Amino acid sequence: MIKHLLSAADLDAQHATLVLDTAAELAAVSGREVKKLPTLRGRTVVNLFYEDSTRTRISFEAAAKRLSADVINFSAKGSSVSKGESLKDTALTLQAMGADAVVVRHPASGAPHRLASWVDGSVVNAGDGTHEHPTQALLDAYTMRSRLGRVAGLHVAIVGDVLHSRVARSNVLLLTTLGAKVTVVGPPTLIPVDVGPALSPDLRVSYDLDAVLPDVDVVMMLRVQRERMNDSFFPSTREYARRYGLDATRMRRLPEHAIVMHPGPMVRGMEITPEVADSARSTIVEQVANGVSVRMAVLYLLLGGK
Amino acid sequence: MSSTTYLIKGVSVLGAEPTDLLVRDGLIAPESEARGAQVIDADGLVALPGLVDLHTHLREPGREDAETVESGSRAAALGGYTAVCAMANTSPVADTAGVVEQVWRLGREAGLVDVQPIGAVTVGLAGQHLAELGAMATSAAKVRIFSDDGHCVSDPRLMRRALEYVKAFDGVIAQHAEEPRLTEGAQMHEGEVSARLGLTGWPAVAEEAIIARDALLAEHVGARLHVCHVSTAGSVDVLRQAKAAGVRVTAEVTPHHLLLTDERATSYDPVFKVNPPLRTQNDVAALRQALAEGLIDIVATDHAPHAVEDKECEWGYARPGMLGLETALSIVLDVLGPDWPLIAERMSRTPARIAGLTDHGHLPAAGAPATFTLVDPAARWQVDPTASASRSRNTPYAGMTLPGRVVATFLRGEPTVLDGKATK
Ligand SMILES: [Zn+2]
Repeated sequence: MIKHLLSAADLDAQHATLVLDTAAELAAVSGREVKKLPTLRGRTVVNLFYEDSTRTRISFEAAAKRLSADVINFSAKGSSVSKGESLKDTALTLQAMGADAVVVRHPASGAPHRLASWVDGSVVNAGDGTHEHPTQALLDAYTMRSRLGRVAGLHVAIVGDVLHSRVARSNVLLLTTLGAKVTVVGPPTLIPVDVGPALSPDLRVSYDLDAVLPDVDVVMMLRVQRERMNDSFFPSTREYARRYGLDATRMRRLPEHAIVMHPGPMVRGMEITPEVADSARSTIVEQVANGVSVRMAVLYLLLGGK
Repeated sequence: MSSTTYLIKGVSVLGAEPTDLLVRDGLIAPESEARGAQVIDADGLVALPGLVDLHTHLREPGREDAETVESGSRAAALGGYTAVCAMANTSPVADTAGVVEQVWRLGREAGLVDVQPIGAVTVGLAGQHLAELGAMATSAAKVRIFSDDGHCVSDPRLMRRALEYVKAFDGVIAQHAEEPRLTEGAQMHEGEVSARLGLTGWPAVAEEAIIARDALLAEHVGARLHVCHVSTAGSVDVLRQAKAAGVRVTAEVTPHHLLLTDERATSYDPVFKVNPPLRTQNDVAALRQALAEGLIDIVATDHAPHAVEDKECEWGYARPGMLGLETALSIVLDVLGPDWPLIAERMSRTPARIAGLTDHGHLPAAGAPATFTLVDPAARWQVDPTASASRSRNTPYAGMTLPGRVVATFLRGEPTVLDGKATK
């Protein structure tokens, strides 16, 4: 297994599949009411969060605790981090504490890469700036597999603010590794220049959501911040919702079996309407549950499993 | 004046047949024998006119923890330089006669290279009001180059006025070409790699649009324009057009833009963060060709020392810039090959002419100032950041093996470097 999980590109198809299979096994065990496994007893997992993300932190914390690891939460608020201690100094502190794994969420792209060069333990990227969020992609792939039976051969549309989305980057990389066909959809202003060659030669780009929907198995809606309109990425939230939002009418263009995903947190009424988010196609609640199993698998494989 | 006379034996001036040079009283003496001269065996060495850097950040006053005029001067001498032009983005900004004279005086006291201050175009580099350009020009520092480097003079009306105004004392505006509205939050070249790394892109057009605008302005008012650190293939095309139209424009390229690409950012190590950013292989190829052809007139280092804490951090929080003085000649040698007349033209003669430094850029020949550099073209050396004379360590070439080593540097007959070591 790899040492760090910094990017979804760190995983080849074999390793990615191993994570998903392991997550399924762990979920089955949890399902049998054995809440705690002794696997990581005596190991220390640090959650180092420079951004507020209660849901991701809780998910990692639950994953580590179910594997019997000692968990230390190190959040930017109320610690020396907010007093301006450098990432390197924090890394050296974690090193001295004997952290076996550091789960890091950071507003700067690449911060986990820097951290990995300063600590001996494993580093798990829990979201860095506008770069990547590989465990989110893993839990999304896991969710697709459990709903649709496979990932290879699926056509997945990733819709919205691809430019600023770490979820989109990790998903494109992981899904193409696993043999899915991926189309990113959004206004041209929110699709990175050269995104195809950057992420995958097979990546498709479309600016027309209605044209893409009838052909997809999965549509993944990304969060779009209203403030983007202040930088002229789009004229208004209303126009955005009209062209790229998923409402009930548009949802009817999807094939019968297609599912609707969202990494959360949602901006209801912007990229997704409540009736879509709460529909039977929506996997949003499952995604949260699957997150714990997938993160258990990642920690297990990076730290102990081999 | 120099008390010691030096006889440099068997040196090849710009690659020509070996000859002897006698250095006496600050000049190259006409004869080649002298009693009591200190002999320097220059067998296999090449003599170049002392290098001139049009773009150096010496950080003093204000950030003496990163560099001082003295430490930067020493790094320059070790790199084969005899003159450097010190950028104005110090603290306080070099936007008054007082500050430019202070820098000029510190350079004289260090005595390792001629330090020629560059004056700010606008007060505090704020891009609002012209600084007292005339006062800086008539000061003891005799400023001729003005630049807001680090910032672009983006207001077209202000740029037009600046270009026009400095004509009165044969000044030149050195523009950091970056349309600020197109680079808000920019972290690296906009392209494939930025898309993959999730770092905000710095599009090539932000540079090219300003160069095109400034070339038209310079033509309109009949002024001189110098373009700092050209970094894109598109900028080369713009320069080609401007020069063909007779615009009085000169341009520089940095060693790092001739060698490194944006792929380096993949490590997220901010030692590769620089402004303008490292570009693509296609841009590197275009810049190399433009430098060889003369569309780009000179190599300038944009030597930008930074304290450890400003580089040993997240990419997005790091300051842009890299060291350059001690490695520039080796990189140009690597890129252009041992075409010594061309290297002398691009790294000494033309920059001296642009800066108006009449003491520099002369071939070491009888009657000329003894301001030259001896290079061992056969030597190869490994870059060790801790061995740098700079106070900072942010070289992007750490661990790389480079060709060509500066053995000695002479400034008006005084050695500033001998046996590869600074004399003071
Ligand atoms: Zn600049």
